[in-house]
Amino acid sequence: MNWTMFDTWIVIVGALGAMACALPGCFLVLRRMSMMGDAISHAVLPGLAMAFLITASRTSVTMFIGAAIAGVLTAVFTQWVSKFGMVDRGAAMGIVFTTLFALGLLLIVQAADHVDLDPGCVLYGAIELTPLDTIRLFSRWDVPRASLVVGGALVMNILFVLLLFKELRISSFDPELATTVGVNATLMHYLLMTVVAITTVAAFESVGSIIVIAMLIVPPATAFLLTQRLVAMIVLSVVFALISAVVGHLGAITVPRWFGFEDTRTAGMMSATAGLLFLVVWLFKLVQNRFQTQAEIPESETSAHVSPDT
Amino acid sequence: MKPWLAILALIWCAGAAQLLANQPTRSSERGFASSPIESLSAQTPGHATIAATIPNTGFINDLADVLLLRRYNTRLVILSTTLLGITSGLIGTFLLLRKRSLMGDALSHATLPGIAAAFIFAVKAGGEGKDLTTLLAGATFTGLLGMLLVLAIRNTTRLKDDTAMGIVLSVFFGIGVALLGIIQKMPEASAAGLESFIYGKTASMVWNDFVLIACVTVVVGWSCIMLTKEFAVVCFDEGFASSQGWPTGFLDVLMLGLAAAVTVIGLQAVGLILIIAFLITPATAARFWTHDLQTMLILSGVIGGVSGWLGASVSALFPGLPAGALIVLVAASIFAVSMMTGPARGVIPRYLRRARLQRKVGRQHLLRAMYENLERSRPAPDLPVENLPIQFDDLLQHRSWTLRSLNKLLKVAEWEDHVEASPRNTVRLSESGFGEAARVVRNHRLWELYLIRHADIAPSHVDRDADMVEHILGAEMVRQLEAELGGQELILNVPSSPHVIADAEGAT
Repeated sequence: MNWTMFDTWIVIVGALGAMACALPGCFLVLRRMSMMGDAISHAVLPGLAMAFLITASRTSVTMFIGAAIAGVLTAVFTQWVSKFGMVDRGAAMGIVFTTLFALGLLLIVQAADHVDLDPGCVLYGAIELTPLDTIRLFSRWDVPRASLVVGGALVMNILFVLLLFKELRISSFDPELATTVGVNATLMHYLLMTVVAITTVAAFESVGSIIVIAMLIVPPATAFLLTQRLVAMIVLSVVFALISAVVGHLGAITVPRWFGFEDTRTAGMMSATAGLLFLVVWLFKLVQNRFQTQAEIPESETSAHVSPDT
Repeated sequence: MKPWLAILALIWCAGAAQLLANQPTRSSERGFASSPIESLSAQTPGHATIAATIPNTGFINDLADVLLLRRYNTRLVILSTTLLGITSGLIGTFLLLRKRSLMGDALSHATLPGIAAAFIFAVKAGGEGKDLTTLLAGATFTGLLGMLLVLAIRNTTRLKDDTAMGIVLSVFFGIGVALLGIIQKMPEASAAGLESFIYGKTASMVWNDFVLIACVTVVVGWSCIMLTKEFAVVCFDEGFASSQGWPTGFLDVLMLGLAAAVTVIGLQAVGLILIIAFLITPATAARFWTHDLQTMLILSGVIGGVSGWLGASVSALFPGLPAGALIVLVAASIFAVSMMTGPARGVIPRYLRRARLQRKVGRQHLLRAMYENLERSRPAPDLPVENLPIQFDDLLQHRSWTLRSLNKLLKVAEWEDHVEASPRNTVRLSESGFGEAARVVRNHRLWELYLIRHADIAPSHVDRDADMVEHILGAEMVRQLEAELGGQELILNVPSSPHVIADAEGAT
């Protein structure tokens, strides 16, 4: 293994992105909207294409704005279709994001004469290349531009969760109660969706959408299995995201060599590591539940299964 | 109904096969190789190339070519996408009703590591690695594995369906991306072509793809038709199904297995992401048109088929546009129209029904208020109610109306001929309005009496309770109430005719 400054930066960017995603991801899992990240990351395609067609430039600011708008629109359209059409939310999400994706493909084909918009780049991201694109900070340090982007997203999400923690918690668990005590649950929903959209766009531009989708869901779900307290869940999921990023990159440059291959894509390995963590925790809980059940049967013969809720 | 459908599907497939069997002579006319597979693999970009090689004889001619399926390649693509649309519409219906629409999403992403792993194994075993059967076997294997994991996570943890699907989707896709990364750096193989599984390569489908799609269509269509009842009971009430002795677990896995089969064959055709639309959109669109499962199945299949046909046809006419995206957009347009106008659950019909009910409620409230006002202003309680002008302000205080809402109600009532023009600040019921008002009040009181007598509700509370139900009392219900409550005073007071009423024949 040959660890360089490059690898350090890749891990830093990956970890920042992963933690930025895990924060809003906790609330997505609690609100049963886990697939939103997936939907948004596919649906930004027309936003990117439109931004390019309108401004005819490939600066990242216009692309970012276009993608963010498309992301928020995905959430809004999904809400409309499921509310006005009385459609199951999963189905509404599926229709909206596939339609937007198809629209994006068409637009990209139209724009393909002038521009190299590679859909593969959107999907996999190019986290390995991030250290090449640097910005000089305070005219002293060269830092990758991507680390600033995902770092900014992380700061935004930390502030979002800290400042609106009470409102987020109550509107995630009980929207009706939230409305009665004067918290606007609809506003919180759209605010969360906006934050998810911005995070998704910021992160996939730097680290690829596969990390975004995985980190929005898998670390929060892993933490959800281990605790019933929201604060603990958020902290644990951030820790899991961090571990996945570090171990994932290590895995990307070592694991394939064990089998005689070259190294592989970090993004894929990071989400695979998150999955491995989930698998370990899941099996641990299964074994634990099995032992608890066996221990309890002599005492109370009624409980066939132990509910971790109580 | 069921056998009829099955026969229709068989005829369709036979016809399609017949059409395609004509191919060799036609293609040799144009100087292609005689075997369909060779001729197509020779020029992969598909009918984009064909359209370029055939001299352009005008748009009308092109249109006729596409509509009449004259060209072999166009015919292959259009028939394949149509079949794919029909079959995914069928199985998508059950996924939608089971609230598992996004399962197609999870499934299709979960196939990627299978494709990549199969490729690696094939290459390591010394092959070229692009053998379709191997790749699809790998895809099916990891797709099914992912599906079982979703069910396992859902059944053994507190996590819900959506999170379970999200975990499987992202982790499997991540592993797939990692494996693709390995393939890219393998010196002995090129990964080019595997990407087509993500974006689809509709235009360059070959005979084998069509045969595969046709087979899966027959199997899935046949299963959906034969197992409609079983799938329906699992979709609508899983607990009831298992209490009746149905093998719900098996049916669940079978349903998802069929979905997996459609997803895997759809990967080649429209790509990993757009196949999701195939599974969701036609079924959701069909839901707006009907409340009946069989009708919904047929409609969903038809919508899927039409989207596949129309999308592929347009793509064949304008070679620059990718077929997969066009098919999805056609389906989405059908969905948008259905969502707005579908008679069963569409937005506009629902809005109209609601508006009609609201108008009826408003009218009945107004008429009852006016009638009760007339009742109260009688000099003595046993005198008959007379239709006199009512002071506008008295009426305003009767219910919690605002000035505006009362004026609006009166305007509607005047238009409906229930209220007459009358002097300033007074309101007067018309002849028909007076009769209608008496009828409304009568129904209200019948219901109140019923509630007092049979539901033990205190007379002081009964007004509000009756208010909620009286607007939807049908004629049958009113007859039952009359029979139940009986009594002379309830009979409508029509004086008997002063002359002999002639028979129908005598009158003419």
